[in-house]
Amino acid sequence: MHSDAEEVRKHIRTYLMIGGALLVFTVITVAASYLNLGVAGNVTLALVIATMKGSMVAAVFMHLNHEKPWIYGSLVLTIIGFLVLMSVPMFTTMDNIGTPIHAPAAVGGAEAGHEGH
Amino acid sequence: MEIPYTVETRPDTGLANGKLGIWLFLASEVMLFGALFSTYIILRTGSSVWPHGQLNVPLGAINTVLLIVSSVTMVLAWASLKMKDFGKFKLYQAATVVLALIFLVNKFFEYREHLGHGKPPSASTFDAIYFTLTGLHGLHILGGIVVMLYFLGPGAKLWKKTPEQFTNRIEYTGLYWHFVDLVWIFLFPVLYLL
Repeated sequence: MHSDAEEVRKHIRTYLMIGGALLVFTVITVAASYLNLGVAGNVTLALVIATMKGSMVAAVFMHLNHEKPWIYGSLVLTIIGFLVLMSVPMFTTMDNIGTPIHAPAAVGGAEAGHEGH
Repeated sequence: MEIPYTVETRPDTGLANGKLGIWLFLASEVMLFGALFSTYIILRTGSSVWPHGQLNVPLGAINTVLLIVSSVTMVLAWASLKMKDFGKFKLYQAATVVLALIFLVNKFFEYREHLGHGKPPSASTFDAIYFTLTGLHGLHILGGIVVMLYFLGPGAKLWKKTPEQFTNRIEYTGLYWHFVDLVWIFLFPVLYLL
């Protein structure tokens, strides 16, 4: 965090420029949604732009570009927890509990055996 | 008894207690919104049909602009205190409150339009997650407004007593406010555009 008034005064121009950049990126976000890139393409593009905007807010407005190690430490823990939460949907799709399993070879073999009699 | 390390930094963390406290609070907020975003992914990927064009994109885009500008005014309010200009702080802080109020008014009209089309949260999976995510975000906006109004009103007395502590409080308020803006930056494309 800046310690003196003169240091802060120098950063005001940066805050205004980042504000302007965020507005431009908002227009780009809306315009990009009209592109026909397929669902996966549109989702990826929108999230990439949102991540860029979010990074600007975090780095400049929240002063994460020059913070103390304890703040970065708590952020690393946050990111790990967030990634675990985001991977929960993946775990649910991998979950096969309760899904009937048909073994094709066994079924085929049984049918062949039946035909043999 | 005086609360320790409100202005001076702790020797072990190198931070004032409030600063570490607000970041830990924001970490819990990431978990809260992260769980709901995760829910959104489950619902979206598990649904065979997902509605498009249900929401008012221009109004959503205007609300995005309002929150971005409010983030700028919030950081300028804090910068004004650092430069010992309390008059400018009041101006920028009041502007942030006004922008936040306009956001909520827009949201009210948007909800009314949505409900008017016979789409309450119980109408579909999309409506349920839309109202949950934007409603929770709206509550955060409301909370931010209450805190900012407090620092414009009775809380401002602290500026005369200990200006450094007051400046730190505004910095923590700003960190919360930028987080609320950050959440909306992701909510807008996810709900309105995709």
